[in-house]
Amino acid sequence: MSDPLSTGTIDPPAPAAATPRRAPAVARLRNLALVPAIIVVAVVGFVVNPVFLSSDNVINVLQSMSEISIVVLAETIVLVTGKMDLSLESTFGLAPGIAAWLIVDPAVTHGLGLHVLPPVFAVPVVLAVGALVGAFNGLLVVRFGLNGFIVTLGMLIVLRGLLTGISGGKTFFALPESMTYLGSAEWFGVPASVWLSLLLFAAGIVVLGYTRPGRALYAIGGNVDAARAAGIRTDRILWLTLVIAGTLAALAGLLISGRLAAVPAAQGNGAIFQVFAAAVIGGVSLNGGKGTLFGAFTGVLLLFMIINVLTLGGVPAQWTNFLNGAVILVALVVSRVTGGKAQT
Amino acid sequence: MSSEQPPVVTATHITKRFGSTVALADSGIVVRPGETHALVGRNGAGKSTLVGILTGLQAPDEGTVAFHGRPSPPLSDRDAWRSLVACVYQKSTIIPELTVAENLFLNRHTRGPGRLIQWGALRRDAERLLAEWSVDVDPRQPASTLSVEQRQFVEIARALSFGARFIILDEPTAQLDAAGIDRLFARLRNLREQGVTLLFISHHLQEIYQICDQVTVLRDARHIVTTAVAALGRQALVSAMTGEDVHLPTAPRGRRPADAPVLLSVQGLVTRSGAEISLEALAGEVVGIAGGGSSGKVEVAEAIVGLARPAAGTVTVDGRRLRPGDVPDALDAGVGLVPRDRHREGFVPMLTIAENVTMTVPGRIRRRGLLSPARRDALARQAIADLAIKSDSPQVPVAELSGGNQQKVVMGRALAGDPKLLVLITPTAGVDVRSKQTLLGVVEQVRQRGSTVLIVSDELDDLRICDRVLVMVQGRVVAEKVSGWSDNELVATMEGVDLDHV
Repeated sequence: MSDPLSTGTIDPPAPAAATPRRAPAVARLRNLALVPAIIVVAVVGFVVNPVFLSSDNVINVLQSMSEISIVVLAETIVLVTGKMDLSLESTFGLAPGIAAWLIVDPAVTHGLGLHVLPPVFAVPVVLAVGALVGAFNGLLVVRFGLNGFIVTLGMLIVLRGLLTGISGGKTFFALPESMTYLGSAEWFGVPASVWLSLLLFAAGIVVLGYTRPGRALYAIGGNVDAARAAGIRTDRILWLTLVIAGTLAALAGLLISGRLAAVPAAQGNGAIFQVFAAAVIGGVSLNGGKGTLFGAFTGVLLLFMIINVLTLGGVPAQWTNFLNGAVILVALVVSRVTGGKAQT
Repeated sequence: MSSEQPPVVTATHITKRFGSTVALADSGIVVRPGETHALVGRNGAGKSTLVGILTGLQAPDEGTVAFHGRPSPPLSDRDAWRSLVACVYQKSTIIPELTVAENLFLNRHTRGPGRLIQWGALRRDAERLLAEWSVDVDPRQPASTLSVEQRQFVEIARALSFGARFIILDEPTAQLDAAGIDRLFARLRNLREQGVTLLFISHHLQEIYQICDQVTVLRDARHIVTTAVAALGRQALVSAMTGEDVHLPTAPRGRRPADAPVLLSVQGLVTRSGAEISLEALAGEVVGIAGGGSSGKVEVAEAIVGLARPAAGTVTVDGRRLRPGDVPDALDAGVGLVPRDRHREGFVPMLTIAENVTMTVPGRIRRRGLLSPARRDALARQAIADLAIKSDSPQVPVAELSGGNQQKVVMGRALAGDPKLLVLITPTAGVDVRSKQTLLGVVEQVRQRGSTVLIVSDELDDLRICDRVLVMVQGRVVAEKVSGWSDNELVATMEGVDLDHV
């Protein structure tokens, strides 16, 4: 094994550090805290209905969570910096909504849409809307120092209202193929949205774990003054994080619009609660500085597996919300017991 | 003074204003290579501002800063500043959620191909750095598990790793016990031998005599004097800081109210951590509980006032047995408390002085069932006058006060209920000498009213006003010293060494 250090000196015997303590191993295990729960749910699901572990059903679960999981990814990177972005759920609806509004032909859709842009601009417009929303959040939160919770709550309402306004409260349909492709295509027999969400998580894990900007997120969330003192451009990083989060939420919205071949005015409405729940269950702290994307992924996976088991078990859809909430509370208690520490 | 080497830092004619407040007026400092230089002054004398300017976090409005005879780098060039000077602040700049190794190399992580961080190499770099400065800490442990002392050592090692050989220590001893301070000083002496120049900020004057060779005194935003520590007596130093003579009060030897009734009785108290104490204190008596950081003195005090539920034992105040672990009951029985950490337990920073002072005594400011702002303000004005709190009005939020004045507010709250028993836990930690004088002076007034005062501290100035001091070591009371003890004697006992029997 080569020594990458430039000093050329031989390692001193380091008498102090000779006896490693066990704490870090435990810390690493916390990322895996939900894995036992996921296995238990898998076993229970298999007992309830053997279809549960069939590859079709597994892909079905992964596809059903793919869009929300990308929003969870976006929210997680914001939460790690100690901020929060509630407006992601509205960006999730508005970004594809704007693209549809500019592109679809009112002659086909009974007066909806402007038909001013060719369909090739669909994806760039969607992503640009997400980035703009993030940049505006950044302007208010980072530049003007306003409270992130209230700013993004205001943005949530404004953006939702904007989508309702341009759509007249109706659903955009007859979307161009450029908008439906990513959400409905299959690559190697697996939906493209599943590939995308897994790839984004993999990329996110590398960025947050192995790059300086990624570690800067943790430093900012842990102690922003210390981060600044270490030479991190905290404002720039925060701003960039909000822009990336908005862009990711827009992409997630594009995927679900593509899957459903429509943009309802209520797309994403209320989804932010599930997003927060998944992140917190996955070990991401609302106070910042703590949590991993892998943990967040296990959080969202656990939630959707339980929903799937309930569906397979024949629980009526009217009870889904009740059970969703109950699952979130139970998962918090379970992670408190297994993780040893309260989720904050 | 002649020296062939240029000074490490020369700051001259520094003026800095914040709005209408002048933080520094034509002030300055010169620190020469290899010396350990003390920077002292009361709260508000401009120390923090000067440190901000010396570390390049703030630009002076007027004046210049030079390092090694060369003008200081531009404010935006953080790396250049960091290679010249580093500051270990009172407030930690360690990020608790990250490991020690990552804290050491924050934003300059060891990177490999693809600009990805190499955690293994990073850890080895951290191990080497910690070993180089003999800091006994595992770089893999999360920084949140470090003790205050270890955290400071890690911060010092980090500062040195940037190449800086001039380090500013902002009240490094404020949160350490006596043994920790000794270890810190041993390390600082070591650093000095290795050619590191130190600027040491402290409220504890005896520490300056212990470790520093030069001292600079600031007062009211101005530079007062820079001289060799040995050339400046303790009294002269205090006068330079305050502009007048300050004498800290001392209890007269052998003053013990003879026929006063027993007001506080603690029988067989055992804390959760295993510390034990039994004591009886008379009305009008000041009793000290002294000991190091792990002596259990704070734990027993918290058990006495109900902040912590004891494992066994009883506390009786004026014939009334307190319910264990019940603060409201203790308040009701006439106990006033100044808790250990004013920021955590002492006050609510966003609320005003008036609200903080009257927090424990809603009954006294009530009028026809509702809280009366007029009565509240009257009570608060009283406290402001009694304790000489520097504030124009009772409506000022406590967060805007200096440390010494915040502590006076906490004292005011403890006194608001006219306590029969006043318990003070490290009452003068981190306050300047004038505030200290006021706070300790109040104890005498309380005593004369016939109350009992319990002072829990390892600060000799606090203990000097006690009629007797119980010394705790490892959870047991090992000695009782009646006033008139010598400093060496008491310190030795706190450290578990009995001078009489050596």
